Amino acid sequence: MIEASLAELADALAAKKVTSVELTERYLARIDRHQGALNAFVTVDRERSLAQARAADARLARGERTPLLGIPIAHKDIFCARGWLTTCASKMLANFVAPYDAHVIEQFGAAGAVILGKTNMDEFAMGSSTENSHFGPARNPWDPARVPGGSSGGSAAAVAARLAPCATGTDTGGSIRQPAGFCGISGIKPTYGLVSRYGLIAYASSLDQGGAFARGAADLALLLNAMAGFDARDSTSLERPKEDYARDLARPLAGMRIGLPREYFGAGMDADVRAAVEGALAVLRTLGATAVEVGLPNSALSVPAYYVIAPAEASSNLARFDGVRYGYRAPEYGDLADMYRKTRAQGFGTEVKRRILVGTYVLSHGYYDAYYLQAQRVRRLIAQDFVAAFGECDLLIGPTSPTVAFPVGAQVSDPVQMYLNDIYTVGPNLAGLPALSIPCGFGAGGLPVGLQVVGPYFSEARMLNLAHQFQLATDWHRRAPPGFAAQ
Amino acid sequence: MSWEIVIGLETHAQLSTRSKIFSGAATAFGAAPNTQACGVDIALPGTLPVLNRGAVERAIRFALAVGGELNRTSVFARKNYFYPDLPKGYQISQYEAPIVAGGALTILAGGAEKVVRLTRAHLEEDAGKSLHEDFHGASGIDLNRAGTPLLEIVSEPDMRSAEEAVAYARTLHALVRWIEICDGNMQEGSFRCDANVSVRRPGAPLGTRCEIKNLNSFRFLERAIEHEARRQIEILEAGGRIDQETRLYDPERDETRSLRSKEEAHDYRYFPDPDLLPLAVSEQWIAEIRSRMPELPAARRARFESRYKLSPQVAAQVTASRDKADFFERSLMKIDTETYPEAPRDLANVTVGELTSQMNERGLEFSQSPVSPEQIGRVQALVLDGTISGKIAKDVRKAMWEGEGDPDAIVARRGLRQISDAGALEAIVAEVLAANPRSVEEFRAGKEKALNALVGQVMKATKGKANPQQVNDLLKGKLSG
Amino acid sequence: MSLSSSDVLRIAQLARLEVTPAEVAAVQQDLNGILALVAQLQAVDTAGVAPMAHAQDVMLRLRADEVTEADQHRLFQAIAPQVEADLYLVPKVIE
Repeated sequence: MIEASLAELADALAAKKVTSVELTERYLARIDRHQGALNAFVTVDRERSLAQARAADARLARGERTPLLGIPIAHKDIFCARGWLTTCASKMLANFVAPYDAHVIEQFGAAGAVILGKTNMDEFAMGSSTENSHFGPARNPWDPARVPGGSSGGSAAAVAARLAPCATGTDTGGSIRQPAGFCGISGIKPTYGLVSRYGLIAYASSLDQGGAFARGAADLALLLNAMAGFDARDSTSLERPKEDYARDLARPLAGMRIGLPREYFGAGMDADVRAAVEGALAVLRTLGATAVEVGLPNSALSVPAYYVIAPAEASSNLARFDGVRYGYRAPEYGDLADMYRKTRAQGFGTEVKRRILVGTYVLSHGYYDAYYLQAQRVRRLIAQDFVAAFGECDLLIGPTSPTVAFPVGAQVSDPVQMYLNDIYTVGPNLAGLPALSIPCGFGAGGLPVGLQVVGPYFSEARMLNLAHQFQLATDWHRRAPPGFAAQ
Repeated sequence: MSWEIVIGLETHAQLSTRSKIFSGAATAFGAAPNTQACGVDIALPGTLPVLNRGAVERAIRFALAVGGELNRTSVFARKNYFYPDLPKGYQISQYEAPIVAGGALTILAGGAEKVVRLTRAHLEEDAGKSLHEDFHGASGIDLNRAGTPLLEIVSEPDMRSAEEAVAYARTLHALVRWIEICDGNMQEGSFRCDANVSVRRPGAPLGTRCEIKNLNSFRFLERAIEHEARRQIEILEAGGRIDQETRLYDPERDETRSLRSKEEAHDYRYFPDPDLLPLAVSEQWIAEIRSRMPELPAARRARFESRYKLSPQVAAQVTASRDKADFFERSLMKIDTETYPEAPRDLANVTVGELTSQMNERGLEFSQSPVSPEQIGRVQALVLDGTISGKIAKDVRKAMWEGEGDPDAIVARRGLRQISDAGALEAIVAEVLAANPRSVEEFRAGKEKALNALVGQVMKATKGKANPQQVNDLLKGKLSG
Repeated sequence: MSLSSSDVLRIAQLARLEVTPAEVAAVQQDLNGILALVAQLQAVDTAGVAPMAHAQDVMLRLRADEVTEADQHRLFQAIAPQVEADLYLVPKVIE
């Protein structure tokens, strides 16, 4: 059962081969067993989950049939869920019980999905390894000495280890795709504006986008069907007709033009990653796709532009954490200014403070034009590169990350080294484009390699089509980490 | 050598929307603490701003009223600073691209008209309130006001005296109420002024300015500017230098003092709010709002001067509020102003005098008057057709204020109809002459004043119901006969 | 552009983050490393390129002026650090 796709789970629930309560119990038991080794979850609330499962069973018993009804899902601990601790993996919010539901939580609730728990992450989604968590690092199920990627590392590790059939994440500079790649599962970041940010605790508002993890692309289509949609409470939410993201899954790839950005295939990518990505390209060719080399000439600037824009927005977004209305307040302080300084210095971790300081600096008087405004101009150049590339191809492919998962602790002392993990993933965020990562083989140490697919705005169905056809021809996404396969 | 005072005002007008500028919480004044502060207003993590159409509409109305340029695209920015009444740690405001640029306001000061240019007007959100009563050494924060829509209206430094500044503030205050974008309640903080004051020798470049905050009445505005100008002149005359700073006016001590705590680390790090896309204002929207704009105060004042022959002063007073001007015009509706061209001036005088003091005494707006404009007009009509005298008219209005009902009913019930029967009046005149021989003698001896005493006696005897002109004529006839 | 330790303290003050004397050198080194990474942007010719503040080129949607939020202060204040008389308490605000 734990190897089943979401569609298969829905069939089993409908056929009463299993109840939602049984399914939920099974996953909760797996979480219990593996939490110690993986630290994938921040919060598990057995009774709440089972109450939701019972409600789903009642809906199933009434004959209701919707694709996610009764299916357990893990949520990144960045989504506010009423009555649940919602910590963003920060000491600042370690006691924060959300008084309302995020739009994404409401959507999955309405669809009848059962919340299995809240997953570990880099604090406030700042990081690429899930080591920057107040609750300790999450681990990669393929090798617990390695990171699962980040910032949505807990969600990726949970799905890879079969602790949850699917999970949500958020992606600001690669935070879904990179951990999906490191953990050997599938993950999608939709077009900016497709999934409401209401209730998603903001890191960098113009880049943040909710998305999903599952083992296969067909599952992602179902998850996206539930979570995408207009929400009037988010001014950047796009008013578009509902679409079925599964509509193109079965379409053959014959005639699809795949663009290979030469900047993504240059130096910087490890040899094992290159081998897996080229293997994937060969598969796609046998499926009838054609490849064309394209250029993204400004892609080397995407990490620098990102590390100006994202910290700038973050420095402002995180100003609300001041110890006044919710969250942590320092136990001892003098005057008001001292209360702010101590609360924030104690409540935030090192990387969060680093980005707040960088962001404060690049917006400050005398530096705004040189850093922030320049980064926004470069952002447009990067976005224009993608538009030009899509004039020559339907979708772009390349590596998700330049390396496979690295050891826990290997990069924590060197922020710049850590930032360069995002080299292939931040471009689509800057442009607002949809992108996904699917497993495409294994590299050194038997660790998974991710293949990134980037599409034009609103091309999710087409991207999932490529991913699904690839997954019909390969079984990388079915491989379970040793020790986590079905028993 | 004399000094010239240079003043520019920044005015925050709370816009009269039902809900807040970026959230669906209510804006009503005086609610229990924090009961009108929703998740967006208290900046719960994950909450997002959504702009209120009503706030934008009011800004458009303002732009049309002052002849400002409406930026077809404007941008909301974040002004970042830490303060406990600012829940997000930033205020959403408009910085580089405000919704309104330019415009002007014509004021009347010292008997002359003057045009004050506007720099800009932009939309922003209000902050909450820090309550300073002592909670064991702590302050209490009420966020009900947080997120209330404001239009910040910035003038050019075009005013040259406290009197002009007050005239500007009053004109602006009347205008925002006139076009119904702000209730103008200064006690409740709906209309607040900050003044930028500097002094210079005439013809010299602008001096260093100080910004004075917390001016929530016209009287404080006037006194604060006068005080601040004096302070600056004293410093300069003693050879000192003015530091650019923010000062707070303390009405109890009638002085301004430096607000250094807010000055520290003055770097707001403005940047476009990534949660809010650019605001577009379409031609169609502007045209639709324009079509619903009322006649503006300046146009109405001019029309009153030319059509009703009001003096500029009285026209300005009648148009001090839209309510008052409407009341005046409605009171005229039942009067044939072609036959009685004097009537509008008489009614205007009644409106700015007697009626205005009645409203002030009762704390009412003209729109809330218990006596209708039609009733006031009817009283005047009764004077014009000779039914009652002007003096009796005042009594009739007094009775109406006391709730005695319609003017016709009051006249009938109290028997106030003017005595027009010449025979009856002649008899009374004869009695008065007989009873006042000394006055008669005096008049005949050439003392014209004695006639007034006799008229007064006749009016007294008729309880004011005689027509004074008719009494005059009768008396003169008898005395010369 | 390289930050001095006093620059670091100034920025930390703006951001209301306490940086102790013992931490300054490490923070300074981290920030200068990051600024060196982003310094590449300075060399790019962006003349005539409009800054891109949003991922989508769309205009703001407006909401109707309606009160949609009910009073929830008890729920909200249940998670507040310090509340009295329905007010959030903070160290004395001096104006």
